[in-house]
Amino acid sequence: MQIDFWILAFSAVTVVVTIWMGFWAAKKARTASDFFVAGRSVSVGWNASAISGEYLSAASFMGIAGMVMSSGYDALWYPVCYACGYLFLLLFIAGPLRRFGAYTIPDFAEGRFDSPLFRKIAVVFVLFIGFFYTMPQMKGAGTTLAYIFPGLPYWAGVVLVGAVITLNVALGGMKGITLVQAFQYWMKMFAISVPIFVLMAVYGHYGKQLEVNQSSPTVVPAVRALPEVMAQGDTNSAVELRKSLPEKAPADSTWLSPFGPLTTKAAKAAGITGDAAKPYSLLYTYSLIIALICGTAGLPHILVRFYTNPDGVAAKRTTMWVMILIGIFYVFPPVFGVLGRNLLPELYTGVGAKGTDKIVLELPRLLNEQYAPLGSILSGITCAGAFAAFMSTFSGLLVSMTGALAHDVYGRMWKPKSTPEQRMRMFKVASVLIGVVSILLGSLVEPLEINFMVGQAFAIAAASYFPLLFMSVWWRGMTMKGAAVGMLTGGLCALVAVTLTNLSNLALDKGPMGRLFAGFAPLNDFWAQHPLLRILCEQPAIWTVSLAILLMLGVSRLTRREVPGDVRKKMLVLHAPETLGLKQEYIQEHSAPH
Amino acid sequence: MQTRVREKAADVHSAAFLRSLMRKQLKLSITCALAFLLVVLGLPLANYFAPELMATRILGFTLSWFLLGIGFFPAVWIISFYFIRRSIALEEEEVAEVSREKAKEVKQ
Repeated sequence: MQIDFWILAFSAVTVVVTIWMGFWAAKKARTASDFFVAGRSVSVGWNASAISGEYLSAASFMGIAGMVMSSGYDALWYPVCYACGYLFLLLFIAGPLRRFGAYTIPDFAEGRFDSPLFRKIAVVFVLFIGFFYTMPQMKGAGTTLAYIFPGLPYWAGVVLVGAVITLNVALGGMKGITLVQAFQYWMKMFAISVPIFVLMAVYGHYGKQLEVNQSSPTVVPAVRALPEVMAQGDTNSAVELRKSLPEKAPADSTWLSPFGPLTTKAAKAAGITGDAAKPYSLLYTYSLIIALICGTAGLPHILVRFYTNPDGVAAKRTTMWVMILIGIFYVFPPVFGVLGRNLLPELYTGVGAKGTDKIVLELPRLLNEQYAPLGSILSGITCAGAFAAFMSTFSGLLVSMTGALAHDVYGRMWKPKSTPEQRMRMFKVASVLIGVVSILLGSLVEPLEINFMVGQAFAIAAASYFPLLFMSVWWRGMTMKGAAVGMLTGGLCALVAVTLTNLSNLALDKGPMGRLFAGFAPLNDFWAQHPLLRILCEQPAIWTVSLAILLMLGVSRLTRREVPGDVRKKMLVLHAPETLGLKQEYIQEHSAPH
Repeated sequence: MQTRVREKAADVHSAAFLRSLMRKQLKLSITCALAFLLVVLGLPLANYFAPELMATRILGFTLSWFLLGIGFFPAVWIISFYFIRRSIALEEEEVAEVSREKAKEVKQ
């Protein structure tokens, strides 16, 4: 295969524009307060687009389509819960946190309990969640570059993209400002919707494509229809273009129905099939829902933007628009998965970067068969969207992780007396350090699905930050010790559980990763004997979130005497309407004695 | 005397004010969350107990696919629209109540 000019052109333009905009933005917004405070004058429409732009990562753009193609119905929970998690954030956390005026979760942890120590504990999870979130972005980068430059190994793409963005962040570009992020939302929206409308116009709409999959196995498989229909010259394009599925593809009935390959994997490995496997699937589904819904509220980079509104009413209206914008977006990726199953089933046999995760990039190219350069142009557009997705998310994560490392770990813990110049230098060193670790981790995860890995980052956030925020906002009796014990135990349990799952999955790989992780192969025999444990490790949210909340309740009760003395004032700031002006009062009182 | 004034429900620094404020907010949030959880936790149950019904075809989609892949988003929009309207109204009520009490105190 040769390098396609159109695809290369669109991708190159995206990269150049993104980097240029980053530097242009960095020049405009020099300080953190520029970003936060000046941003408060941002209008609802711009801000809603910016929040949505920041939220849609490689998982949303490429991963969902790939997972719907590989696993069918069950994968639909991902886009739905990514969007619905936002509702939970709105209902319980967004309003109070905005009133409190903490920009990040560690800020909140310190302010709520007046404890710099707790800030140091809380900041650790910025790094944990951040690394789990960067791995899938790196896979997106490796997959896209391997598609644009056929023959380029996966790891080379990861190194290239990782190095470019790391350098960019270290040099001071890529500060998230509203205009850039808003632009990126509309770019991703355009890149996912326009190709899909053209594809549906040519090959048949969403429902028609789905109809080809027969839920009942007794019906003659639609696959057989291919030669007959072709012979009859039927113009029904949906049936005409259904290609025969390779053996590796899940059968129609399991793919189309709930409790399919994704959720029954563990039970199947244990030899449990049919109706006996369904309770396992149900448990898997519920645990996944909890992870995604609670996890959204605990993602380190999401909350910041609630402050970039002039007032609470505008913040709420912004959230409404965010839900509409991301909701509309999330309808499209599954369509790629459905069309991909019918039109490009070859991808089922591919592994890693050549597998279903690249369906969004490759599918539009089919149009070249009939309308020559159109397919390449549309494929170039989806590649550009993918670049926008993983570049913006990776740089956003890199900025917040570097900030945590340089500001909190170095500036507050290691060398509290360091000068601003030393800290600036440390920021650069830290960004390179984190960039290198991300690249290393990213080049290991080729065999894992993008969307699956993002789900894991959500599971860790759900078990650590979500209980912390939820309980601290609504329960007066919470103590710092209770919060710390619950957050650490829940978060670390989730971290260990998903890491074990990943190690055992990597051991199954037929490529170099399988050899590298061969030591973990016995874990798979263990899973086969204990399917329940496997599910609880793969989707740990159902027990880790409960564990974290129970520990917070229990330990806080035991250390009841340590409830902060001014808890009522704190709660008042969290809950009283902003127009009463209590926040200013609180800040003045606190800063007066110094 | 000081304490008696402080304990009035409309005094923003009183425990009673905070309790009523948090209770009202939490009630609204929980109502909306329950409506949402009913849908999101109910769908897997429907898939579990009524698989045939959920496999009914609508415009080519199975019912379950249609609900999850498309129908969910508008449902969430309706819930959040309701929540946002109610919570803005709630805040306005609180502010009005506090300023009414303040006006009364000034008169006395």
